[in-house]
Amino acid sequence: MPVLEKGSEKVWQKRDRTQALLSWLGWLVGAAVVLFCWQIIADNTNWSFVADAPEQASHMIARGIPPNWGYLNTLWQPLWDTLNIATLGTLLGVAVAIPTAFLAARNTTPHPIVRYIALLVIVGSRSVNSLIWALLLVVVLGPGVLAGILAIGLRSIGFTGKLFYEAIEEIDPNPVEAVAATGASAAQVLSYGFWPQVMPSIFGVSVYRWDINIRESTVVGLVGAGGIGIQLQASINILRWSQVSMILLVVFLTVFVSEWISASVRRLLI
Amino acid sequence: MGSPNLGLPIVFVSVLLAGFVPNEFRPTAFGYALAVTPLCPMLRIQSLTKRYPTGDIALQSVNLDVPDGQVMALIGPSGAGKSTLIRCINRLVEPTSGQIYLNELELTRLGSAQLRRARRRMAMIFQEYALVERLTVMENVLSGQLGYVNFWQSWFRKFPQGTVDEAFRLLERVGLGQFPDKRADALSGGQRQRVGIARALLQNPNILLVDEPTASLDPKTARQIMRLICELAQERGLSVIVNIHDVPLAQQFSQRIVGLQAGEIVYDGPPSGLTERALTQIYGEEDWNPERESEADESPALAGTAGERQS
Amino acid sequence: MTQTTLPGRQWSPPNLIENPWIRWGLLIGGIIYLVLALLSVDVNPGRIARGMERGGQILVGFVQPDFFSRRDNIISGLIESLVMTVVATAIGVVISVPIGIGGARNLVPLPVYLVCRLVIALSRTFQEVIIAILFVVMLGFGPLAGVMTLVFGSVGFVSKLLAENIEEIDAAQVEAIRATGASWMQMLTYGVLPQVLPRLVGLSLYRFDINLRESAVIGIVGAGGIGATLNTSIQRYEYNTASAILLLIIALVMATELVSSAVRQRLQ
Repeated sequence: MPVLEKGSEKVWQKRDRTQALLSWLGWLVGAAVVLFCWQIIADNTNWSFVADAPEQASHMIARGIPPNWGYLNTLWQPLWDTLNIATLGTLLGVAVAIPTAFLAARNTTPHPIVRYIALLVIVGSRSVNSLIWALLLVVVLGPGVLAGILAIGLRSIGFTGKLFYEAIEEIDPNPVEAVAATGASAAQVLSYGFWPQVMPSIFGVSVYRWDINIRESTVVGLVGAGGIGIQLQASINILRWSQVSMILLVVFLTVFVSEWISASVRRLLI
Repeated sequence: MGSPNLGLPIVFVSVLLAGFVPNEFRPTAFGYALAVTPLCPMLRIQSLTKRYPTGDIALQSVNLDVPDGQVMALIGPSGAGKSTLIRCINRLVEPTSGQIYLNELELTRLGSAQLRRARRRMAMIFQEYALVERLTVMENVLSGQLGYVNFWQSWFRKFPQGTVDEAFRLLERVGLGQFPDKRADALSGGQRQRVGIARALLQNPNILLVDEPTASLDPKTARQIMRLICELAQERGLSVIVNIHDVPLAQQFSQRIVGLQAGEIVYDGPPSGLTERALTQIYGEEDWNPERESEADESPALAGTAGERQS
Repeated sequence: MTQTTLPGRQWSPPNLIENPWIRWGLLIGGIIYLVLALLSVDVNPGRIARGMERGGQILVGFVQPDFFSRRDNIISGLIESLVMTVVATAIGVVISVPIGIGGARNLVPLPVYLVCRLVIALSRTFQEVIIAILFVVMLGFGPLAGVMTLVFGSVGFVSKLLAENIEEIDAAQVEAIRATGASWMQMLTYGVLPQVLPRLVGLSLYRFDINLRESAVIGIVGAGGIGATLNTSIQRYEYNTASAILLLIIALVMATELVSSAVRQRLQ
């Protein structure tokens, strides 16, 4: 912290002059970039629609309240599908992610080349959103729950696999050494030395991802991959806002409950 | 780390197939040479050298014979190679060159399956206990038998009743008979080390490799643990190599002391022969008279070139 | 010791759940659920057989990415995605700071806390794509709807983590500032902000990554960005172009992730 001498007085400042200048410059450049980007967006926006937006919104809300309670009866089946997409998709993803993570973790991989392949699988799966997976899978498998399950599963491999292999790399190596010293086979070393140490995080991460997948599975229906998203799409297309609000309410409650379940299971595991 | 890369292909490809075959029936090139003639030492180490990939030389041409039933203490400053020596014997650390024989079986030449069979005869006790924290006391003890059962037996915890009986007996013997189902992380340090001892003995070993068993314990517990190890070794006629910082403790409990300094043996004799000169040779210049406490490892001038893997 | 060891004493590992009723109930319930769930999956073998052909086309298309025939669309889509991400992250973080402070129980009175937490919960519940649809209906197709969506998502994410971070700060430092007779604002700027600022920067960068990734998706429902280009190419069966777009998205996401994790590591 520089202290400047001004005549006989000492003036204290947080930054000296160049630092202050640089800091201002940084902010200025940042602001300019944001403004420039905003300009591009503004150019690509049809402002007459935007001017109309408040009216549209109030219209939507007015027609959406109260929700169409009777519509609830047709929602049970899609809701069940949504739940299944999330659960089966998570199970699928985790089942693939666990062996992949053991191949990707530095301390359990059989060979560096295998490790890079496993890492590639994880990165590739992480980089593609489940909706994009769904978009492609619907083309191949046709619309339906199956495409949704696979889309959610494919996306989950990367997410859970990354957290799994980080957990594997962080374990305490001493018990592993001790188990190996008893003459245990490689599989036994994994099951006694590694598994008890990583099991809590594997369960925790899986439940966490299940909770995220509930949310994701509400939208894969938008591209035809099953679940409540199909109803949402249909209701929006015909502008039935009371149905839309009913669906949103159901989604809100489902997500709320799943988050609560996931949080309490994770608390139990610690 | 010293633990070998676990040969995971085995896990993914052959667990299902091989998992059902108990280790006993797997083909091995070696029969077991258990007929111990009194003349041949239990353990023989010949010109053992270990150089770490970093270039640090941890052991340099070490020669050592350990007869049947002997308790041998290995002392020396940190970084002298004590830990490396012990881990070279069961090959948690791969020796760079030299031979190690256990009952005339050349350990240094074994392939991985044979090495696993040989490891069953060498039990190890660790400084930080190295228990699997989330497993129960009993599961930790039973893990000493992993080399004798197949994968699915160990996965479903279906150990032979004889093994379970022996495990209960050992738990009683080390004074933990009342908590077989307590989780290991709920125990005190001394109790954990007792579990570690029970696990080692359940292996039914010929030799105990003991790595700093007392370094994480208070003085009283440390003595109790040392006494327990020596008693049990005597009951069963085991050889023991214990690597220990605490010189008085080493003198009290061992029959022979080997001093290691910078990867070489500089003292090998009875505990009574550890004169001031011998200590100076092992640890370097220090006023040994007042009270020989376990400060040896703190003399910075000597904290060697540190090739040793500290556990 | 009351218990003497008898040979033949049985041992089995303790069960994770003590109560046998709950244990077996959960197990059987889980199995029943799994069976029901698997039965509800409608597999149409005829459709899949037909789809396999198209799957083959997709695969062929994907090993031969075509970056050039739709080059202009791809470039403008990518730029739009980036631009949306920059603006949305900036606005989102600016809004998140007050809401994050308001969501920290150790700084504000209960009513403020509850309101802020409600905002956070609302923003986190709905998948971005649902929000995007609503914004598209209100604002029309285009990047503005995308920006609003990403802002909405960023606010929930950044404020929640910021609030949690503020709740974990060292209370002693805040007390020390309070003890000097500082006002609430002064306490905030001297006692709280220095402690959470690095974390806030880290969070913003992390959210930048997420926003970029999301911007590739919300385009599918019309909210601008590269997602729109991707959707079009898939609908036109131009799988070579779709492949190129996906590869570019992956590369872009990985590049920003590398940069942001490097910066975050330096901040710590």
